[in-house]
Amino acid sequence: MATVSEPQTGDRSNPARWLVVAIPYIWLLLFFAVPFLIILKISFSDTAISIPPYTPVFEGFGAIGDYLSQLDFENYLFLTDDPLYFQAYISSLRIALISTFLLLLIGYPMALAMARAPSSIRPTLVMLVILPFWTSFLIRVYAWIGILKPDGLLTLLLQTIGLMGPDDQVQIFRTDYAVFIGIVYSYLPFMVLPLYAALEKMDNTLLEAASDLGCPPWKAFWKITFPLSLPGVIAGSMICFIPITGEFVIPDLLGGADTLMIGKTLWTEFFSNRDWPLASAVAVVLLLMLVVPIAIFQNQQKKVA
Amino acid sequence: MKSHRFDATVLTLGFAFLYIPIIILVVYSFNASRLVTVWGGFSLNWYTTMWSNEGLMDAAWVTARVGVISATLGTILGTLAALTLVRFVRFPGRMLFSGMIYAPLVMPEVITGLSMLLLFVALGIDRGFWTVIIAHTTFTMCYVAIVVQSRLLTFDRSLEEAALDLGCPPVKTFFKITLPLIMPAVVAGWMLAFTLSLDDLVIASFNTGPGATTLPIKIYSQVRLGVTPEINAICTILIGLVTLGVIATSISTKRTELRRIRDEHEAARGA
Repeated sequence: MATVSEPQTGDRSNPARWLVVAIPYIWLLLFFAVPFLIILKISFSDTAISIPPYTPVFEGFGAIGDYLSQLDFENYLFLTDDPLYFQAYISSLRIALISTFLLLLIGYPMALAMARAPSSIRPTLVMLVILPFWTSFLIRVYAWIGILKPDGLLTLLLQTIGLMGPDDQVQIFRTDYAVFIGIVYSYLPFMVLPLYAALEKMDNTLLEAASDLGCPPWKAFWKITFPLSLPGVIAGSMICFIPITGEFVIPDLLGGADTLMIGKTLWTEFFSNRDWPLASAVAVVLLLMLVVPIAIFQNQQKKVA
Repeated sequence: MKSHRFDATVLTLGFAFLYIPIIILVVYSFNASRLVTVWGGFSLNWYTTMWSNEGLMDAAWVTARVGVISATLGTILGTLAALTLVRFVRFPGRMLFSGMIYAPLVMPEVITGLSMLLLFVALGIDRGFWTVIIAHTTFTMCYVAIVVQSRLLTFDRSLEEAALDLGCPPVKTFFKITLPLIMPAVVAGWMLAFTLSLDDLVIASFNTGPGATTLPIKIYSQVRLGVTPEINAICTILIGLVTLGVIATSISTKRTELRRIRDEHEAARGA
């Protein structure tokens, strides 16, 4: 083992060495970190009917004092004023929590079955899980519209096998149920893969020992398999929960008028009402809600790496 | 035995759930009837009408260019970022750096899209083709970094060290030794970046401008109007292209891997 902290060359002044760090670092600072500061700034500014539709709060770096005195909490007050926003946040969290739970319920048995499959077919099974993930998100959501529509394929199927009268129709499309189906369908690979990664690494001799000592399989699962797969459970849940909370496409295409999700609210504020400061405030609050799950996710990733 | 049957059932149901909607979508792109629930016989009608839809073809061309340019930039930046994560254990702001690599992976797209748009407005940059490319490069580079990082972590450093000991300059060592060895991961990262760019609706919607309508934006606006077999046809072509790409990459990765193992065996025998 060579010393890890002394990479490639001992020549620390080599400029090429530092370019490796500097180029991606500066790019991410400029295009990922700085935008968050701007969004924060604009969330405190006034709405104005102009392009860009907000009055600048900030001119030059010397004006920080001015800026602080001009801070305007109007947009945030508006968010607390209108119960619609509060309900949208709560409803997003509710939908994300229930979906994550459903994903675990469906994803865990799949991942476990994959991990227990003969090692010769495991790569194929992994490939089969990844492949739908490569096909477009939008296409996969679109596919469900044709199935769930009142005059769609599910109605046709149920009518054909006689579970439904010829005049009845499935009333799932444009409800929260359709949103759950769409989310579980779209995010399933994201849940299965981290779970599989955790379960596949597991030492089978532990289960054999438990079984030799007379532990029933069901108990062995809860005492050994599940606790050992917890890193995968946490990683999978966070990878699903965080983006689902801000999901836009699925509630917009499959949900109904009463499906409240904050991603949709933000989109409407921005594209329909053209209220950029309010949209920014909505985004800042959403981000604050997700700080803890994101921190858990980051921690988990660092442990894996 | 009982658990085997249980596993087989779970996997069958799971994969049926994952694949049946896509299969239905593909099948109905060949439907002669305009109605989704009526099978009017096999037809390639929707594929031919699609070609004459100029807006759609323009969008496809924009998407392909955005995908290739942003995936290439994202792969270069992502590979550098992976090297930074693995090889530079200590430098000021490393915590922030790894945070900025992991956060975009889970960040809701509406937040990333909106914040980037506000940056472009603040800088006075007109939105269009290049702003979409910058936005896509930024989030795809993080995925590339993760893929390349995992390869670098399991990488045998002795070849690199040998080259350096023999006086090969570090930059040359990287291009002659390191890069060829991590190439499968770099190629896989590029493929992932390209499909992510091809797929993105939300971030592109925020950052696009006149003349830079991408395919997902176009498909989305048509989907809102209703299900048509024409959309099924475009989707089928996209699914076909992506499937071919994935299979081709996995075959070529396997081949490179086999060749590497054979070369190592031969080298060992020679020595």
